[in-house]
Amino acid sequence: MSGTFLGMPAAPPRGSGNLRGAESFPAAARTELANTQMRRNVGKATRTIRDKRVQVTGELPDWEQLRSAGAAIKRDVLSRLPELLEQFEQAVIARGGQVHWARDAAEANAIVTRLVKDTGADEALKVKSMATQEIGLNEHLATEGITAIETDLAELIVQLGEDRPSHILVPAIHRNRSEIREIFLRSMPGVDPDLDDDPTHLADAARRFLRERFVRARVAISGANFGVAETGTLSVVESEGNGRMCLTMPQTLITVMGLEKLIPTYADLEVFLQLLPRSSTGERMNPYTSMWTGVAPHDGPSEFHLVLLDNGRTATLADEVGREALHCIRCSACLNVCPVYERTGGHAYGSTYPGPIGAVLTPQLAGMDTGGSDPNSSLPYASSLCGACFDACPVKIDIPSLLVELRHQHVEEAHFSAEQLMMKAASAAMSTSGRWTAAQRAAQLGRLLGRGGRIRTLPPPGNAWTSARDLPVPPKQTFRQWWDSSEGRAAIDDAHREGGRR
Amino acid sequence: MRVALFATCLGDTLFPDAVKATALLLSRLGQEVVFPPEQTCCGQMHVNTGYQREALPLVDNHAACFADESIDAVIVPSGSCAGSIRHQHHIVAERFGTPALRDQVERSRAKTYELAEFLVDVLGVVDVGATFPHRVTYHPTCHSLRMLRVGDKPLQLLRAVREIDLVELPEADQCCGFGGTFALKNADTSTAMLSDKLRNVAGTEAEFCTAGDSSCLMHIGGGLSRLQTGIGTLHLAEILASTEHAISPKQGALA
Ligand code: SF4
Repeated sequence: MSGTFLGMPAAPPRGSGNLRGAESFPAAARTELANTQMRRNVGKATRTIRDKRVQVTGELPDWEQLRSAGAAIKRDVLSRLPELLEQFEQAVIARGGQVHWARDAAEANAIVTRLVKDTGADEALKVKSMATQEIGLNEHLATEGITAIETDLAELIVQLGEDRPSHILVPAIHRNRSEIREIFLRSMPGVDPDLDDDPTHLADAARRFLRERFVRARVAISGANFGVAETGTLSVVESEGNGRMCLTMPQTLITVMGLEKLIPTYADLEVFLQLLPRSSTGERMNPYTSMWTGVAPHDGPSEFHLVLLDNGRTATLADEVGREALHCIRCSACLNVCPVYERTGGHAYGSTYPGPIGAVLTPQLAGMDTGGSDPNSSLPYASSLCGACFDACPVKIDIPSLLVELRHQHVEEAHFSAEQLMMKAASAAMSTSGRWTAAQRAAQLGRLLGRGGRIRTLPPPGNAWTSARDLPVPPKQTFRQWWDSSEGRAAIDDAHREGGRR
Repeated sequence: MRVALFATCLGDTLFPDAVKATALLLSRLGQEVVFPPEQTCCGQMHVNTGYQREALPLVDNHAACFADESIDAVIVPSGSCAGSIRHQHHIVAERFGTPALRDQVERSRAKTYELAEFLVDVLGVVDVGATFPHRVTYHPTCHSLRMLRVGDKPLQLLRAVREIDLVELPEADQCCGFGGTFALKNADTSTAMLSDKLRNVAGTEAEFCTAGDSSCLMHIGGGLSRLQTGIGTLHLAEILASTEHAISPKQGALA
């Protein structure tokens, strides 16, 4: 075990790579909200998956117990992560694999680049991996003269479109088929110029393109859905079979795995292989589940490297409340039920991880404290706290509570702001009933702003409300004034009498 | 039972009719209703915006008002405030409070109920004797639905109302986009969510949209008013307090 990671430096490093957007969520969301095509595509896709998920989880009588089991296993993993990682490393090595530890994105990229170069190849196949997206591996390989080829169809569409993924599971969710046809015609080498937008024809074109590359590939780079500490087994769950081609055909396989993807035993897979497909695609089972353990002569890759990625995970683990976000199995169920994600799409979150889980995971991995202007500090506020994500999460991550906790952490670290002043003033005004009733009298002055019972414009910051909504004028009498009045007392007495008569 | 009314800051100041209706309804159902005058606000806005430190005096004041042994239950005509009291006060108390406060918070949260919950679960009534001859649709509000799990209790109560024409709201469990300061910090996204809710409400051709939370109704009602839909909003309590003699109300706060 290398001492670099488990030595637990006093302040674990924050993550780097694709974990921070260029603008704050409200600003980026404004652009996305205006994108009609994206909103139609995302709305339609999430609604379809959402309905399927409810159906297939509803048919399992023990779904709630499965969720609890998944949460319990993850809690156990995080509580003894160092020990399990050590066991995992030894198991991988014992079966002929090689293990590399990466503190952050730069280290991981350097390791993978060196490993690819050692094989002499200048092309590497990729099977969908969020970890490599997080560290920006493709871009880094390109600067080193190595071409990475995404083999997951949706990833390929995103790559050819020189676009960014906008969903954990369906990265091209924001594209429809006519857009995909255009991307293929524009960027896919050797594509038939008469290609139409029939989904089978589009898939055929991608198949022809990929097949050529599968046959000549010497190196593949994968992610991992699960790593089993007990046996050193890795697993990838997918639906196209392209992943399986990557995992079996090349001579060298390099897997980049986030530290938190660990599970203790092989038997634990039973729980997660039920939770994951039902939560993510709304299928009872995914078509392809690949598992590999080290190397075996004449079967699959002859060289296997595992890169274990920290990139802010240890820092997240150090936060007793926030660490729950590391339970995430990246199923994307929370995205598909989130009303904010549905309307703003994935790009507004600025990170590899969009949606509700992204709003908590990203600021934890990469921090949100580079002064008042860090876009990540707007993410915990990108939620109405409606709670739909918590209900959907297969491992019961209480995302709303995590959001509230991160907001607290942000406020505690924040610099002076007008909001702070207002919140402090409101707190002072509401902490005793004497001050509160005085404030209520002041609020009644709001009657002056109203016409016909409603207020249509307010000065900033209230104009954020009145841009789209009216506000009722405060009534002449507060509840407590009514309660203390003779009219109020008489009404309550009447109500008692009336109740007595019935 | 001796039940204490928590009016909530918004109810007390902006929507007193909803709180009046709650007081009248509970009285009519034979409860002794009290109003601890020291009450102000549960601190939900502060906690949800990240100001837990500033929420402490509010949590403190609230718990001191309602922990009193002479009170059997605390009734809140707001799902989100009841949720905040039950699921957030102890977080603030544990982080910043004294052991005495933690104890008070524990006692107050254990007897705090949202109105529909109290009527159905504690009093065991579904038919409260109301009459309301109007077409109504019901929005279940996120905190009632997911934080408190009130389920279909408000609907059971509404179905028992005489002469009501209750119409189902499509995509009812979708958030209306209020979310407290979310509506200000992410005004564009909030508006996008609201407009879908308004379309669904208008599609029911209801006269009123009702809910168990004045804050969500303020949002939905504010949108319905801006679009001049002519559809009003009414708190659930106002419908349940209506009788053939006293039909609530002034046709909704913002119609
Ligand atoms: S937070 Fe839960 S629902 Fe969201 S992606 Fe992770 S496991 Fe799935």
